[in-house]
Amino acid sequence: MAKIKKTIKTIKVDADRCNGCRGCEIICSAYHAEPRYSSINPAKSRIQILTHRLKDIWLPVFAGEYTPSECMGREKYIIDGKEYDECAFCRATCPSRDLFKDPDSGLPLKCDMCEGEDEPQCVKWCLNDVLTYEEREIEVDEEEEAPLEDMEVGLESMADKYGLDKLQDAVARLSQQKKA
Amino acid sequence: MRYGETGYNLEIDLATGNIERVETDPKLLETHLGGLGTSVKIHWDRVPPEVKPFDPENLLIFSSGLLNATPAFSANRTVISFVSPQSELLAYPMMGGFWSAELKHAGYDKVIFSNKSPDWVYVWIHDDKVELRDATHLVGKGALETQDLIREELEDPRAQVAAIGPAGENRVFVASIEQSRSSSSRLGGGAVMGDKKIKAVAVRGTKDVHIHDGPAFMELMQEITEYINYRNENPIPDVMTILSGIGSPQEMVHTDEKWHTENFSWGNARERRKGFWTDEIDESWSQSQTDAIQRLISCYNCPQHCGALISHENVPRYMMKCFSKLTYAMAAYVDNLDFGFQIAQKASEYGVDAFSFPQILAYGVELKEAGILTDEDFEGCPEDKEGRFYWLMDRVVHREGKVGNLLADGTYWAGKALGPEAESLAHNNIKKHEQLPIKLGMLDPLYFLMYATNEKISITQIEGNWPQAAFPKMEQRERFVEDWPQLPDESWKEWLLEWELRGEKAIPYYPTPQIAAQIVDWMEMLHNIDDALCLCAGMASFCLKPPYHIHNYPRLVTALTGLELDEKSLQKIVNRSRNLHRAFNNLRGMSRKDENPPKDHWKRRFPELEEELLSTYYEFKGWNHDGIPTKERLHELDLDYVADELIKRGLLKDGED
Repeated sequence: MAKIKKTIKTIKVDADRCNGCRGCEIICSAYHAEPRYSSINPAKSRIQILTHRLKDIWLPVFAGEYTPSECMGREKYIIDGKEYDECAFCRATCPSRDLFKDPDSGLPLKCDMCEGEDEPQCVKWCLNDVLTYEEREIEVDEEEEAPLEDMEVGLESMADKYGLDKLQDAVARLSQQKKA
Repeated sequence: MRYGETGYNLEIDLATGNIERVETDPKLLETHLGGLGTSVKIHWDRVPPEVKPFDPENLLIFSSGLLNATPAFSANRTVISFVSPQSELLAYPMMGGFWSAELKHAGYDKVIFSNKSPDWVYVWIHDDKVELRDATHLVGKGALETQDLIREELEDPRAQVAAIGPAGENRVFVASIEQSRSSSSRLGGGAVMGDKKIKAVAVRGTKDVHIHDGPAFMELMQEITEYINYRNENPIPDVMTILSGIGSPQEMVHTDEKWHTENFSWGNARERRKGFWTDEIDESWSQSQTDAIQRLISCYNCPQHCGALISHENVPRYMMKCFSKLTYAMAAYVDNLDFGFQIAQKASEYGVDAFSFPQILAYGVELKEAGILTDEDFEGCPEDKEGRFYWLMDRVVHREGKVGNLLADGTYWAGKALGPEAESLAHNNIKKHEQLPIKLGMLDPLYFLMYATNEKISITQIEGNWPQAAFPKMEQRERFVEDWPQLPDESWKEWLLEWELRGEKAIPYYPTPQIAAQIVDWMEMLHNIDDALCLCAGMASFCLKPPYHIHNYPRLVTALTGLELDEKSLQKIVNRSRNLHRAFNNLRGMSRKDENPPKDHWKRRFPELEEELLSTYYEFKGWNHDGIPTKERLHELDLDYVADELIKRGLLKDGED
């Protein structure tokens, strides 16, 4: 299969510089509000600072892929004297925790790197340089699957939860009601 | 839809356990904004002057402000208001941390506690679900320890918890309410909370807070952010380090304490130790601090580093803010800063005010030295300075024995109970409240007015935008004024340019009473705006050349709420709340006779000038000779109902201006 070049966007996290202010959560939720900046809700942020203040833990984590089932990860990691659950570093929206789910609908949230902006808003508004935006090029197969949009990720998780048939019925019923 | 505010308060009657979510009147935004402003209105409406601090009718209000839970940097204050057991006036110590934004996301602007619980409880507010939960297992636990225990019990690491320690449980008059790295310290909110048998208030919220014009709000924040970056990169020259930056005093960052240790007084605000800061002390104290600090931290949505996680050998971890690193060591006359870092851990868990409490302990030592308290009263107390402070602290926090029980009421009330000699040793109070341990030479007209008249009753929290002293050289003055957009009026720059260190245009006669009244009124107004918005004063009213000021506050509030505001109308709103607060305290007996800084605060006092300063300031504020708002001023501020009450109670005479 033919290879093409693709730009990978990443955010380097220097957790040692984090002062724990959670400004990144605020700006993320504001940016993704509809209309943009119309509301704030850190519970809807696609970056979350996992915090245990007295244990000196301030760990920014980004929302990643939705997954319908839990993994086996139950390990504990001790790094520099601090104990973390294996889950702490995981980006997944998964049934084992309420992280990265919209608090109203329960639908999964995913970091989109603020597509269309020069850099992600969390990077821009962190004045302590905890987050650094980086781009690098990699080679990938030409026919890679297009990434799912927010709505599709939500639909997929609902299909997992309720079954595709029920979901289709519900959509059909709703469209009938709207037409009527 | 309500913007900026949630539009709901939580009313909790602790006697019956009844909890209600009450919609607030949208008009209050126009008349009192929010935060302290709307809280004062509730106290005025519901707490008559006969109510004593420990009466069930004394309301305890935890309030957020308009800017909490928005992208406005450093808007993280929670204002806690109550009638203080110490001053018997309406107190409003504010704390930073993470609590108020969480409350708004749970869907409430304020939590209003009335009456008393029969048993120890803590409150768990999780969005629409609000419970009073048993707290008997938490009694006696430290204020920090309690926060983590509750998070574990609720299995919610994201719950923000404000808690009292044993000092609050025992109604120590200077007990604090602790939350994360912050505390609501002054004037005994912890004692009122303990009296109501509330061990803690935990909150977790997952709801939206709405902005009226988001893009306009963010555009303003972009400007403000640029200025924050500029100020962080360009400290103000020609002033001492601690005043050169923004944020609360950066006590955790800076190690050079020559100024504080030599200019603030040691012991019970007694002695300035000139020459204390030797190279040896510099090395040892800097080392202690560097070793103790694990990480510099901030409050919610703030880029600064005013606090620190402290990991000091021999004591459990805790979080420290600001000046508390020095207060215990200096009050105890201990020349080793390790002692300061160690004892502050215990003080944080006990939950006491780091300004008043060390002075109270030092006062106890003086009472013993004067023979007013006896060897018998101090039986079992170690001889060394450090041991003596720990021993006293344990007794006072638990109200143990005669010494503990007396000192737990603070220096003013202890002095009153022990007689005239003891009263004269309680020398550093204003309105019954211990002040900053600073004793200076020449009367300063601005500081005189701020000390004497402000409702916060704590000079440490009402300093402001005007430099603390004249600059010696004209070129320094010119440098300072050339870049000073925060001033309300360009013409004020002349006052600074003319202000000299010595001579006619120096303190105490310059700034003149007229000028002093305007500057103090301006600085106070800025504080009142911050208190309504729940913005950290360290990024606004408290520091030199701050990011937030009178020219951008109205635009921010308009973008947030949709309420059309300009500088004048914003000023009028906070002036209204300020006068309502004043009248509330007037009804409780406060008047001109109480507006008197400690006798020994300055060596050189000028009784006639001080009277003139007060009279000029009162006139400027629209208050009568006794410091009570006149009927005319109250009418201008749409507070005719307040004038009626003052007339009814005989404090104002009808027709008197």
